[in-house]
Amino acid sequence: MAKRDYISLLIFALLILCFPVFVQDNYILTVTIFAAINSLVALGLTILMGYAGQISLGQAGFYGIGAYISAILSLNFGLPVVFSMFLSVIVSALISILLAIPALRLKGHYLAVATLGFGEIIYVILNEWGPGGPSGFGDIPQFSFLGYTMSTLTEYFYLSWFFVGLCMIFSMNLINSMAGKALKSIHDSETASVCIGINVSKLKIKVFVLSAIFASLAGCIYAHFVTFLSPSTFSLHYSILVLMMVIIGGMRSLWGAVVGALIITFLPEALRGFKEYDILVYGIVLTLSLLFLRNGIVPLIEDLFRKKA
Amino acid sequence: MGDTEIELSVFLQFLFSGLTAGAVYALVGISLNIVYNSTSIINLAQGEFVVLGGLGMWYFLEHLQLPFFLSFLLTITVAALLGLLMERLTIRPLIKKANLLLMIMVTIAVSILLKGLLMFKFGKDPYAYAPFTEGEPINIFGAVISQQILWVIGITFSLILLLNLFFNKTLLGKAMRACSLDTKAARLMGINVSRIVMLSFVISAIIGAVAGIAITPITLMEYDKGAILTVKGFTAAILGGLGTSKGAVFGGFLLGILESLTAGYIHSGIKDAVALLLLLIVLFFKPAGIFGSKEVIKLRKL
Amino acid sequence: MKRGKKLLGLFLMVCFIVFSLSTSLFAKEPIKIGAIFSVTGAASFLGEPQKNTVLMLAEQINKAGGINGHPIEVIIEDSKSDESQAVLSAKKLIERDNVVAIIGPSTTGESMALIPIVTSAKIPLISCAAGANITTPVSERYWVFKTAQYDTSAVEAIYRYMQKKGIKKVGILTISTAFGDAGRKALLELAPKFGIQVVADERYGPKDTDMTTQLTKVKSAGAQAVINWSVGPGQVIVTKNWHALKMGIPLFQSHGWGSKKNIELAGKAAEGVIAPLGRIVVWDKLPDKHPQKPILKKYVTDYMARYKGEPGTFGGHAYDAFMLVVDAAKRVGPDRAKIRQYIENNIKNWPGIGGVFNMSAKDHCGLTVDSFEMVIIKNGDWEILK
Repeated sequence: MAKRDYISLLIFALLILCFPVFVQDNYILTVTIFAAINSLVALGLTILMGYAGQISLGQAGFYGIGAYISAILSLNFGLPVVFSMFLSVIVSALISILLAIPALRLKGHYLAVATLGFGEIIYVILNEWGPGGPSGFGDIPQFSFLGYTMSTLTEYFYLSWFFVGLCMIFSMNLINSMAGKALKSIHDSETASVCIGINVSKLKIKVFVLSAIFASLAGCIYAHFVTFLSPSTFSLHYSILVLMMVIIGGMRSLWGAVVGALIITFLPEALRGFKEYDILVYGIVLTLSLLFLRNGIVPLIEDLFRKKA
Repeated sequence: MGDTEIELSVFLQFLFSGLTAGAVYALVGISLNIVYNSTSIINLAQGEFVVLGGLGMWYFLEHLQLPFFLSFLLTITVAALLGLLMERLTIRPLIKKANLLLMIMVTIAVSILLKGLLMFKFGKDPYAYAPFTEGEPINIFGAVISQQILWVIGITFSLILLLNLFFNKTLLGKAMRACSLDTKAARLMGINVSRIVMLSFVISAIIGAVAGIAITPITLMEYDKGAILTVKGFTAAILGGLGTSKGAVFGGFLLGILESLTAGYIHSGIKDAVALLLLLIVLFFKPAGIFGSKEVIKLRKL
Repeated sequence: MKRGKKLLGLFLMVCFIVFSLSTSLFAKEPIKIGAIFSVTGAASFLGEPQKNTVLMLAEQINKAGGINGHPIEVIIEDSKSDESQAVLSAKKLIERDNVVAIIGPSTTGESMALIPIVTSAKIPLISCAAGANITTPVSERYWVFKTAQYDTSAVEAIYRYMQKKGIKKVGILTISTAFGDAGRKALLELAPKFGIQVVADERYGPKDTDMTTQLTKVKSAGAQAVINWSVGPGQVIVTKNWHALKMGIPLFQSHGWGSKKNIELAGKAAEGVIAPLGRIVVWDKLPDKHPQKPILKKYVTDYMARYKGEPGTFGGHAYDAFMLVVDAAKRVGPDRAKIRQYIENNIKNWPGIGGVFNMSAKDHCGLTVDSFEMVIIKNGDWEILK
């Protein structure tokens, strides 16, 4: 990993450790926990889009699969939460491989629609056959590890951001490794990559599976945090939201996923005061940021720093 | 009625139901294609123009009590203007960047904006107005089809004919087709590409609005119906072959009828899933769609 | 100049005195009541009248002197029909705003998500949603109440009527949302108790545009009546389809049907549609002695004067929830535990918008099937069915 990465991780760790010490407001803590969960999904999508150049409008599908499977295994089958989460992520990974093999032969709008179709099918399945159907179900066990059950917001704050940090380290390693360089090559030109001998399709599938794993992990955390699930959380609307997070934060930047997630998660809270105008303001804010912040916020800030140096 | 007669009327009823939905999907698909053909962008705000058509028509016809044709003209004018604004303000500045992802996101952002505007103006209630012609539904072999549905289907086919004439017989239409085939060559031939792009947004906004105007008496219209219409229209376009208007029509009706037959003969809870599965199957085995072909994707004829 | 200054000084002093006199009327600390409604999102047809109702009531009560001199401060959060937003709203109201009670949410799903939160925070929640699970099992719902009738009560009302009329086979159409799903479960579960057989069980989505397929299946299955369970435009579309198909069997709607808007949108197709509705829609047809009539009349006329639309049954749930808290706070003060206790023990024969409430430690809803009237649409207006 580059020196830059170590520094950024250190700053990140410090911020996370200190935050609950200074911020006791349960409301803000809850929002940041949701932001952490969203960051995970966004991180996976960033690698998929920004580095492998593939689009997905179906991340909500994996988010939902992760949440539901972990919830069902721990609630109905009595499995320990950590084990349920692990199994859930494995299942999501397997499903993503099944989807990736045919889907990643497609490009551009076709891939977008294929992933959209997948996400919608998952939604219909959850709505039709999930426990409780459209009404959802609750009493999902909280996260517990080695006998200790987490129940306070501070605990969930550390838990969720811990996972973000973990996945961030993993992602940084990936990007900086040979695989990462191969990915960048694919993004720039698939044809050229094939010429140099990179197994393009295998790599694309691996990254797709990675994004699915991150999304389903996020879903698991969501399930055991909110302890109530209903299909409406896992709709196309969410997939689009995640896409927004990636674009606004910066598609080519890993930290962009976190920044984008923080912004998009906090934005509705900031807009609470607008009442009826909030959808309108939301749309205006999004449109303007896309028009003027084309590469995303993090690259913009990085550029500013570079210019100063 | 004998058993087979009942079977027939039931089947026909399912069919008519599918045709209703299918006509809407087809119209949305056609408008998506028009923009796609001249810009390679899928306008994910297309559904909002349909909603605008329905709500706008209500506003002029019922709220302001203006005569039918005037309301119609005013509504499509408003839609055209909004389409124009969208193109000028959000598409033109970005199109040179040629980043597909960014363009998709911008259209999504605009769809949210438009939805917000519509909610602000009309609230969340559903709206409707009287069908174009009052009268009893028509009975065909025991199945009923309301007159408004016939209007919707009629309008769909008339629009297809009109568009066909436009794109094949008029100079402007041919210029638009040239743009879709090869933008550089078109520019070299003296065609003002940016004006063509603007025109394509305006035309698809109008078509969208017309669809909305036609279906509102049957389906009612509310501020948030846009998203699902866009998704279904997009599905229809892909099924039939992205970029071909024949494809959008076929895809739209196929989608509508399939949903209806699934609901009718299998289980109404899974009709959406079946339609989506069909979409995935088409994408995985013949992404060019039913009427597209790999070469056509590159050439992108209408 | 000097005289001008003196006059100015005098004027300012007078203003100050007047101002402090008027504010001293409300020198007492405000009582904060929190509310979470689905003002936007899929359930906004519920949240909007609920929000308007609460705002109007708070204003009226404050004008009349507040609760024992304390002004009411109502803080309304929009859950956007989403559970996580409801959770966030609740946390904000409890932690930041320190409200004495929370009214709402508008939907069953959101209410369920809030149960663990209000239970651990020990704050009363008076939900405006219908799901039976919200208040049962009562032993696990110590802090949770609701003012909307049980969906099962509405189904009971329909089935009772059908039994009277000798209808034995029904087809049901339900929307694939939590509202429709709850209705579907109740319809399927209660049918055998009334000797009724459900011969067709059809579904449709919230944005579906045509339900003739589902209705055709109901007819083919030999149903003697069709029941539609949904809210939103779907109700109207089903009504229009039913009319166009000339099905020849009666159409029953859920208690979500109770809005003049639906009659307006469905036009003449609505003629003959039957539904179990709260008395708010037919208040003017009630006998004057009816305990609910004066409250209903005042609520409807005030709301229409102010908002130019009807409050509907759903607005009424917010009315009841709010007034329960206000009543309790009047008697026991702004104390969360005391308010909870008051509502549980002292609400007997309490006339509200939804019905006459009888709360108890065993029943945190307080309404039964008798809170409904079977109503039919005749000549574009509601009429109570005998």
